[in-house]
Amino acid sequence: MPVKTIAGIEINVTEDGYLEDMSQWNEEIAKEIASEIGIELTPKHFEVINYLREKTAAKEALTIRSVGKSGIVDVKGLYALFPKGPLKFSSKIAGIPKPTSCI
Amino acid sequence: MKNLLILGAGTAGTMMANHLRPKLYSNQWNITIVDQYKTHYYQPGFLFLPFDTYTEDQVKKEGKKFIPKFVNYIQKKIEKILPEENKVILEDETLEYDVLIIATGSKIAPEETEGLIGPLWKKDIFDFYTYEGSLALRNKLRDWKGGKLVIHITEMPIKCPVAPLEFAFLADSYFRKKGMRDKVEITYVTPLTGAFTKPTCSTALAYLLKEKGIHMESDFAIEHVDNETKEIVDFEDRRISFDLLVTIPTNMGDEVIAKSGLGDDLNFIPTDHNTLQSKAHENIFVIGDATNVPASKAGSVAHFQAETLTDNILLYMDGFPLKKEFDGHANCFIETGNNKALLIDFNYVTEPVHGNFPFAKFGPLKLLKESTFNHWGKLAFKWIYWNMLLKGISIPFVSRNMSFKGKVFDIKPDSK
Repeated sequence: MPVKTIAGIEINVTEDGYLEDMSQWNEEIAKEIASEIGIELTPKHFEVINYLREKTAAKEALTIRSVGKSGIVDVKGLYALFPKGPLKFSSKIAGIPKPTSCI
Repeated sequence: MKNLLILGAGTAGTMMANHLRPKLYSNQWNITIVDQYKTHYYQPGFLFLPFDTYTEDQVKKEGKKFIPKFVNYIQKKIEKILPEENKVILEDETLEYDVLIIATGSKIAPEETEGLIGPLWKKDIFDFYTYEGSLALRNKLRDWKGGKLVIHITEMPIKCPVAPLEFAFLADSYFRKKGMRDKVEITYVTPLTGAFTKPTCSTALAYLLKEKGIHMESDFAIEHVDNETKEIVDFEDRRISFDLLVTIPTNMGDEVIAKSGLGDDLNFIPTDHNTLQSKAHENIFVIGDATNVPASKAGSVAHFQAETLTDNILLYMDGFPLKKEFDGHANCFIETGNNKALLIDFNYVTEPVHGNFPFAKFGPLKLLKESTFNHWGKLAFKWIYWNMLLKGISIPFVSRNMSFKGKVFDIKPDSK
């Protein structure tokens, strides 16, 4: 399992850079992952990120639709915050697993 | 007398009736099953119908034939569930229950995407997740002259998540056999990061798309269909043009779940992942596609769930704690075309891996590798479905929980 130093902390990540353990996450880590992707985080980004983390902690599946209906942003707004793959990038920044299918 | 009520006589509901009737004293428990439809469809067959591999008759039978004796079968529409009163309202009567099993499944909701049900619907845009859609697509493909075939997933979760990919593989074989593969451009469009999202699978199977000349567009979340220009358009105005669009619309639980206030925003019912008891009501249990558990929505999953749920309902009736047993086990054949198939076996936490199945030493089925034997397995499964699975007969040597015997953890994901 790869280990990566993010924001000065050694973190276990998957092959494509998602956190293995969401409890290792903090806001500094989020900022550093975001800047690698080319996103500068605003308070609105953090509202989405916190929503994703809450849902994941409650073991609820996440979809672009559910984020769009969260009352935080609509789907267009989500794309504006995390262009070119909103759920993929927001999940990575939020320290939660990558959305997957069964294969 | 007490009442056990099952809503839905599809794969999961029918199995539960068959499991529970012999286990409950008929002078203590009535069992009633409700479904408005007369026909029971073999849904995996909808994948083969468009390619003329199966005929209409091979994928449907009268549902009543599979409901056991001494189970009251009511063919009526379900209007509303009243969980606080332990009642279910049907079109012209009200039923009371002591224990309720919800098996109302999931279905496509094309109306959720703007422009999908427009001038091109069933002309150049088809689904194959319904009997009618699959049949209409077959008729279209029979004299289609070729062009851009786009296979598209709207959003997750969907029933049988591998079916769209299998459709792409089978389409490649179908057009090759017809001698017109050079006239067809196949594109696979997914909202996820790729056709294969599990590291073991992307390593072991990425060659398939290349070998079959299937182009892939990932991270595409559809916003609308442009019927004038024949394009699907995403939220960033990325456009993919098609001559023939085979789409998997949003999948949702039954509208009765929404009307009854029991579901999430896709009408799937919050359900304990391991016991299959509903989170909101202790005498309501949920099985199959109707749940929100993060397992695949597939018949094999419902089959494994049914074994655990049967035990748990008996435990619940006798006042014992439930078994936290269900592990998300799924076991699926994946058609790869040219009379070959893969087999995958996985659960909530373990990705599909290499190995032999169901016997550790000699298989005979190979996991995560293409073989003709696996394809025969998929075709034989139709017989197993009608004759064993629906009747609640366990498939020999295949356990409800995922077994680690014969599994080989040899796939190292590609480093990127």
